[in-house]
Amino acid sequence: MTRPILSARGLGKRFGGFTALDGIDIDVAPGERLGLIGPNGSGKSTFVNCLAGEFPRHGGTVSFLGQPLDGLKPHARAWRGLSRTFQLPRPFGSLSVAQNVAVPLRFAPVRPDDVAARVQDCLTRVGMADKADAMPANLTQVDLRKLELARALAPAPQLLIADEVMAGLSHSEVDQILDLLLELNAGGTAIIMIEHVMRAVTAFSQRLAVFVAGRKVAEGEPQAVLATPEVEAAYLGT
Amino acid sequence: MTARTPLLRGWQLALVLLALALALTFGLRMIGNDYAWYTGYVILQFVVLAIAWNILGGYVGYVNFGTAAFFAAGSYTTIFLHKTWGLDLVLCVLLAGLVAGLLGLAMGWLTLRLRGVYFSIASLSLAVVLQTLVVNWHYVGGSSGYYVLRPKLWGPFGNFSEFLFLLMLALAILAIAVSAGIERSRLGMGFSAIRDDERAAEAAGVPTLRLKLIATTLSGALMGMAGAPLPYYSSYINPEAAFGLIYTINAMAMPLIGGMHSWLGPVIGALLLGSLQQFATVTISSSANMLIIGGMLVAFVVLAPRGILGMLRRNKGGKQ
Repeated sequence: MTRPILSARGLGKRFGGFTALDGIDIDVAPGERLGLIGPNGSGKSTFVNCLAGEFPRHGGTVSFLGQPLDGLKPHARAWRGLSRTFQLPRPFGSLSVAQNVAVPLRFAPVRPDDVAARVQDCLTRVGMADKADAMPANLTQVDLRKLELARALAPAPQLLIADEVMAGLSHSEVDQILDLLLELNAGGTAIIMIEHVMRAVTAFSQRLAVFVAGRKVAEGEPQAVLATPEVEAAYLGT
Repeated sequence: MTARTPLLRGWQLALVLLALALALTFGLRMIGNDYAWYTGYVILQFVVLAIAWNILGGYVGYVNFGTAAFFAAGSYTTIFLHKTWGLDLVLCVLLAGLVAGLLGLAMGWLTLRLRGVYFSIASLSLAVVLQTLVVNWHYVGGSSGYYVLRPKLWGPFGNFSEFLFLLMLALAILAIAVSAGIERSRLGMGFSAIRDDERAAEAAGVPTLRLKLIATTLSGALMGMAGAPLPYYSSYINPEAAFGLIYTINAMAMPLIGGMHSWLGPVIGALLLGSLQQFATVTISSSANMLIIGGMLVAFVVLAPRGILGMLRRNKGGKQ
């Protein structure tokens, strides 16, 4: 692997006496597509929240672009190029679609004169240019997901963590989002996809990591990983 | 602060405000009644308080129950400066803004990690703590209060009441300018994002704590400036008057009635509620003021929960 842009070593997280993450080691290479799967409660979202800076970690190190992320708040991590989406879309309800996408740009090191063009570009990439003035309350579920992605991509992150962006979508909507993520990745953005939709995650991922009960139990080429007995037993229930 | 673009450009707004200020001043001069200046002063004082409260409560979504603390901090800053150095009132207003702004910054630093009702309780406790301190601070009169003798004439102004009115008018224009400036800046966009979803805002790169501290500081400073002339207005002040519940309740009710997502809402609410209260004070009793607030709040919560501006926009078919 080339020098990773994200490197987590021995990452741990506890909630009281409960260990949510136990010594997680993960690297992400520039432009890589990493799939992260695991049953509910396996620690995937906790891992995302630790990377994004929402939860303080208990042990281990995380570095991004060669710099430790220690003590950085989520907004500072976003400024460094680490973006995320949420499991449930969290649009800014009083702002239009275009303004939602403009928010990260207005606080990132972007020239104010460039914001409008960047917003337009992001909305075009996710196929929402015609809905720039719409309010989030009037969007469909798939459009809300696209808005979430557009907002995360606006500051041109090096790494995007897509946390269950396909949850609750229909078959064709999943394909739309999948195509969109592949297109974004083709532009050079590394993506960690946390997902339960197996056909999407296997189609998307170059590498797959599996969490079970806060530990990483497998990692590697997707089909090989899914065939390992530990994954079959713990994740697929067979 | 929504997806709408402002109705007026900055210079247009400045011209409109200037024209209104001149018309109001000349109108009151034509009335030639000292009470008219008093009434105007009180209503404008509530305009400033309502706008100040709305910066944190309406734009950022943090409900502050501590308005009276900032207001009284301004009043007692004036008393302290008057007694210690005999400073001019205009200078006292500026320094009161500084003191109350720092108080807002400190309160924000201590409490803004709390959210929702926990923040509101903490802000309320600030008023209680500060009032207890002032009651026991004998230098500024303690529980007995403090008298300020007003000069009869004041520079080019007809009388001191006119000067106080014009001072509060200038503060109201300042408050509107600050509020409108916020709405047109990235600060306003950040405030909206925090109000809508603080967690998502932080993840999107909005430095939420820094913005909230800016909001508490600006809000506190304006409230303190509004309270600074009070000792001169009433000639006598005690903790009970300076920390009056009416300031906290009015500052919250006026934006709620007018509409909270724009500076115009608090202005409309303050003009409406303030005028009604002044009318009731003259015709019935000042004790009717709380009844008026309560009645109007109930009516607006039921009939127009987004305030007058929200109701007008809904009737025009606009999105909320």
